Amino acid sequence: MELRSNIPSGPLQQKWDKHRFEMKLVNPANKRKYHVLVVGSGLAGASAAATLSELGYHVSCFCFQDSPRRAHSIAAQGGINAAKNYQNDGDSVWRLFYDTVKGGDFRSREANVYRLAQLSVNIIDQCVAQGVPFAREYGGLLTNRSFGGAQVSRTFYARGQTGQQLLLGAYQALEKEIAKGGVTMFPRTEMLDLVVVNGRARGIVVRDLVTGAITPHMGHAVVLATGGYGNVFYLSTNARGSNATAIWRAHKRGALFANPCFTQIHPTCIPQSGHYQSKLTLMSESLRNDGRVWVPRQKGDARGPGQIPEEERDYYLERKYPSFGNLSPRDIASRAAKEVCDEGRGVGPGGLGVYLDFADAIRRLGEDTIRERYGNLFEMYERITDENPYRVPMRIYPAVHYTMGGLWVDYNLMSTIPGLHVLGEANFSDHGANRLGASALMQGLADGYFVIPYTIGHYLASTPLEPVAPDAPELRDAVRNVENMGQQLLGIRGKRTVQSFHRELGKIMWEHCGMARNAAGLEEALRLIPAVREEFWKNVTVPGSGAELNQSLEHAGRVADFLELAELMCRDALHREESCGGHFRTEHETPDGEAQRDDSRFAYVAAWEYQANGAAPVLHKEALQFENVHLATRSYK
Amino acid sequence: MRLTLRVWRQPAPNAEGRLVTYTADDVTPDMSFLEMLDVVNEGLTEKGESPIAFDHDCREGICGSCGMMINGVAHGPMKATTTCQLHMRSFKDGDTLTIEPWRAAAFPVIRDLCVDRSAFDRIIQAGGYVSVATGNAPDGNTLPVAKGDAEAAMDAAACIGCGACVAACPNGSASLFTAAKLSHLSHLPQGQPERYRRALMMVAQMDEESFGNCTWFGECQEACPKDVSIDEIARMNRDFWMASLFERDEKVSTGTG
Repeated sequence: MELRSNIPSGPLQQKWDKHRFEMKLVNPANKRKYHVLVVGSGLAGASAAATLSELGYHVSCFCFQDSPRRAHSIAAQGGINAAKNYQNDGDSVWRLFYDTVKGGDFRSREANVYRLAQLSVNIIDQCVAQGVPFAREYGGLLTNRSFGGAQVSRTFYARGQTGQQLLLGAYQALEKEIAKGGVTMFPRTEMLDLVVVNGRARGIVVRDLVTGAITPHMGHAVVLATGGYGNVFYLSTNARGSNATAIWRAHKRGALFANPCFTQIHPTCIPQSGHYQSKLTLMSESLRNDGRVWVPRQKGDARGPGQIPEEERDYYLERKYPSFGNLSPRDIASRAAKEVCDEGRGVGPGGLGVYLDFADAIRRLGEDTIRERYGNLFEMYERITDENPYRVPMRIYPAVHYTMGGLWVDYNLMSTIPGLHVLGEANFSDHGANRLGASALMQGLADGYFVIPYTIGHYLASTPLEPVAPDAPELRDAVRNVENMGQQLLGIRGKRTVQSFHRELGKIMWEHCGMARNAAGLEEALRLIPAVREEFWKNVTVPGSGAELNQSLEHAGRVADFLELAELMCRDALHREESCGGHFRTEHETPDGEAQRDDSRFAYVAAWEYQANGAAPVLHKEALQFENVHLATRSYK
Repeated sequence: MRLTLRVWRQPAPNAEGRLVTYTADDVTPDMSFLEMLDVVNEGLTEKGESPIAFDHDCREGICGSCGMMINGVAHGPMKATTTCQLHMRSFKDGDTLTIEPWRAAAFPVIRDLCVDRSAFDRIIQAGGYVSVATGNAPDGNTLPVAKGDAEAAMDAAACIGCGACVAACPNGSASLFTAAKLSHLSHLPQGQPERYRRALMMVAQMDEESFGNCTWFGECQEACPKDVSIDEIARMNRDFWMASLFERDEKVSTGTG
């Protein structure tokens, strides 16, 4: 299989403009004849569904939550980047592009990233017009904050609820289109298979989560905007429902999965408190603007933070990375935290934590200013830990947060299955091996508002699409496939809960495919995972039936997919014998402990092709060309 | 801690429901309320019984999925806190907790603690947006917004649509939810062109659903996990009456006041 990225020719700055002109258009009167299925209603899905409907397409949108407003984009706190240069501090489209490629450790496509940086400015305008209440200066203009991995202030925000406000903007646009009749919304509905007819994605099979009914939906194109797969680790900052099922089942139907091992561990999360822990809560990275990260110099120092004098503290980020300090990128800050905890200098229960201290900032700016900037985050922290961060430093620890890998897409955001488009975190395209803070919201909205509305038109206008008969064998096969899997899961009636398998898988992944990886650990994981999977299919218990609201059954299907995806992640991590971004192989580090990339062997996208019957997946490579950015060792010192 | 739970179990929308008693052992103060239920559910599942169904997703108090009546109080005893952010340190050993779904005519029970809140989506569909299609927007700094207005808009926009206000209201009114969206948009210049039409449409939809009327009990703001103020309802009423008095919204003077 040849991976055709379809990157337009010509200078980087002109590629998207040129492409927009060269793409075919669908006549306005013809748009309503096309039916697009959008799966997911987060920033990418809701913005795509709304915009496609505004253009005149007939859209069906699906989400597993009870309302599209609840998609996990809502939990993003810190902000959204845009190259507006409102602060006059040297920002530009080129700088955002450069920062993103560098932040991704040179494992992303230049052309996609440049387009993302270009579109970032339109996103802010669009959101303001929708009534997103971004933070303002006293003069009434938009304000910005700085964020990890950048030396300019380009992050727009709405208190600590930026994701919520952006999503409500997109959700409201979606509801507007639902009211108009352009979008039919299917909440509490989960996609469980993709229907491929004549090699093209033509439909999906869904389960109504209330009645259990399994039905196909047919259309002319399918858009997956179903988010990332961080919950393969069981504990992550993802919502509990976030899952890989839609992309994984599309993968099994022929969509290649790219860079599955590129996962991001976020440095500032609230440490785990017990075995019952169900998720980890993120504290926005923006806190690192004013908080200083430290641990005691002494190993095993049992004194409270207030008892440790200044000279006995190690502000290790400021020490190791003097120019970026506490604002070092996420992968670097996470690894540094792990390092000091591994040295026995961690704080809090189990020594799995570091301090994030606001005492200096409060002295400098006053408690009111800190409250204004981070009040809701401080409250959230106090609610969870029962500690007041205005008085004692926060305790934080890294946690899985985002997955840069995802289904492989070309420049048009189309997967290797024609007609199947993948947006937002579900695709692999823009963040390389590490995503910078405040860039996920940017990508989701760029894909949904400004990329897919053009590229899907080109696909539809240039592709002859015959109607699919309601009794087409591909359709019946997909429905039967979904029905069988449900029956099988319900029929095992074993002894272990779905949750216990999920937890076991998560431990294996965190241990062997987490912040630091090596060949021995990954090989061990590749032995352990199939054994867990085998036991799952023999010994899981799923109470109830398929013809009702059955949350155990929903979870079981998702864990079954995670058990397969986990193996692919480890395989990918094992094959990539270099360290880059979030993928840190302990065998490949510089003498001072930084990631050692190997551009001569690994400057490519690893795209895996699924093989049936347990055969090993086949690796395809898309070579990455860097024509505009000089491949350099990332340094934040 | 050991707690006794009396939980509403209802297998289907039209089935009979009843309170079933369970014991929750080994509860620790740092557990969240939902984690406590997870542990109970693990136990039920191991025994082959069907676990308690409840809506939840982000578990960090922002998605608005979760919500239950805990001893008759929406989201439980801690003010300005969603159920997922409520921790067991709010309770003590030996407590008995009665856990029920939102009780409101407009929120029919689907199963156990899950209810159908789609009426909220329909209220938004009636006008809870700015009619601007993608691609039409002027530069974000074209219209300055006074900091105070932006903050007031954000206070209202913080609503997570969980439905606690409806569940807490003796009338089952959705006034706080509806007013929060109206107020968010009416504080901003972008919301002005449709301000009065929006108030008419959203209030009409609210009335069309099975919600009750607001009679100023004030329970909604007490229950709101995001501290949305009842003042928003006063603002909604003013806009609604302005719009009703002047038949055509174009005639109504606009302003961000």
